[in-house]
Amino acid sequence: MATAEKHSYADLGPLMQRLTGDEKHDWSSASTLDVLWVLYDRVIGPDDRFLLSKGHGPVAYYAVLAAKGFIPKDALDGFGGFASMLGYHPDRNLVPGVEISSGSLGHGLPLAVGVALNGRRTFVLVGDGELDEGSNWEAVQWAGRTIGLENLTCIVVDNHTATYGWPSGIEARFALEGWDAVRVDGRDHDALEAELSYQGGRPRCVVADIRR
Amino acid sequence: MSMRDRFYRSAAAALQDDDRVAVVLAEIGVSQMPKHPRLYNVGIREQLMIGVTAGLALEGYRAVAHSYTPFLIERPYEQIKLDLGHNDLGAVLVSTGASYDASTSGRTHQAPADVALVSALPGWTIDVPGHPNELERAFAQALTGDNRVYIRMSEESNTARADGMRLSVIRSGSEGAPLVLAVGPTLSPTLEATTDLDVSVAYLSRVRPFDAEGLAKAVTGTDVVLVEPYLAGTSSAEVARALADRPHRLLALGVQNAELRRYGTGQDHRAAHGLDATGIRSSLEEFLVPSGH
Repeated sequence: MATAEKHSYADLGPLMQRLTGDEKHDWSSASTLDVLWVLYDRVIGPDDRFLLSKGHGPVAYYAVLAAKGFIPKDALDGFGGFASMLGYHPDRNLVPGVEISSGSLGHGLPLAVGVALNGRRTFVLVGDGELDEGSNWEAVQWAGRTIGLENLTCIVVDNHTATYGWPSGIEARFALEGWDAVRVDGRDHDALEAELSYQGGRPRCVVADIRR
Repeated sequence: MSMRDRFYRSAAAALQDDDRVAVVLAEIGVSQMPKHPRLYNVGIREQLMIGVTAGLALEGYRAVAHSYTPFLIERPYEQIKLDLGHNDLGAVLVSTGASYDASTSGRTHQAPADVALVSALPGWTIDVPGHPNELERAFAQALTGDNRVYIRMSEESNTARADGMRLSVIRSGSEGAPLVLAVGPTLSPTLEATTDLDVSVAYLSRVRPFDAEGLAKAVTGTDVVLVEPYLAGTSSAEVARALADRPHRLLALGVQNAELRRYGTGQDHRAAHGLDATGIRSSLEEFLVPSGH
């Protein structure tokens, strides 16, 4: 579903300001904003799928969905309310355009593997902290070195909040499991577009580096 | 042929005959099934098994996941709750091992609380076939739908198939006689235990949704005995709800909530939990005395 009203990246800030109440996840949300915008504005086609695994802090996600006409902008004002379709963690059964319900970490990447098995170009967004969850690594291992799921792209928004960090780097761990892994400036839209659009013969890991 | 062998045969045939079907395994069962493009072995990764199953369901497949009971239900329980349930996706989960089929393996390979766990999640159909023929029927029916189905296979089997998709009375006692409701493979020992007793014996293999209407109709007295091949009392609340309009007494037999720390055979475990004919008879005699039956 596309909106007749055209929005730009500059419109996202005001849209996000309409979503109040989950301020503790402001950074979690803000760090995904540029990746989400580039995906929806430049990369994802109608036959592609995008799964937001990092359901914590969905304010930026909802703002992008509103900007792209998936949900009415007025819905943003009721964020977290009893009658609202927009919870602090997205529900695919309530929100048009949301492919999976998320919030509990470590679920989106395994789901994305299942979707990608159908041959569909599939993107999934996880966080650097979320990678603590072992379920991610079951998917990384199998999709990478076992079956080489080349139509799958995992975007890791590295906002440097994982308590114990990732010594030697996130991309090195994906590469070890057979992924084509790169790190990119998470605010550089042209660089994000280029890396997210690239498709080689292996699953792709794009680490979007974000700092406050 | 065992339920498990029937399942592998049926699943392989379904992969051949129905483009909608996909099967996801985590090593268990791989050597028993022929290779197929939609047969995925994710290795020993059970969380991934359910996640991939849900992802395939998102793409419109009728996805089937299979493993031993604790590895299919207990380890990836959150994936079952969220990836399938919260996303409102359908799939077919088929377990092997039941409560104590893996008797020599000990507690790690036993999951008598599986039906209670799946029952605690909304929207699941749960089938506990008591005979290999019933397993084939339940699996075939599950493949035709889009809902969430859990099928619990067992090495235990009744001597003959029965129709338990809805509650059916197998043997009728006198008006007002106690009703003994046997679930899945407990039917044969229940019939043996009650041969000379004035009780009615009913059978159920589909335990969720629970056939409350059938139970309410079948109970003509006050005493009900529930015999389940998994955690004792799993369906007690369902019985209470079905009989809320009348005074009644309920004895819920099943696997005890205890660590036996014993190996041996499945028959040993069945006896230890009081689920063989001798144990069921003993429990019935103790329970039924106060009511005069």
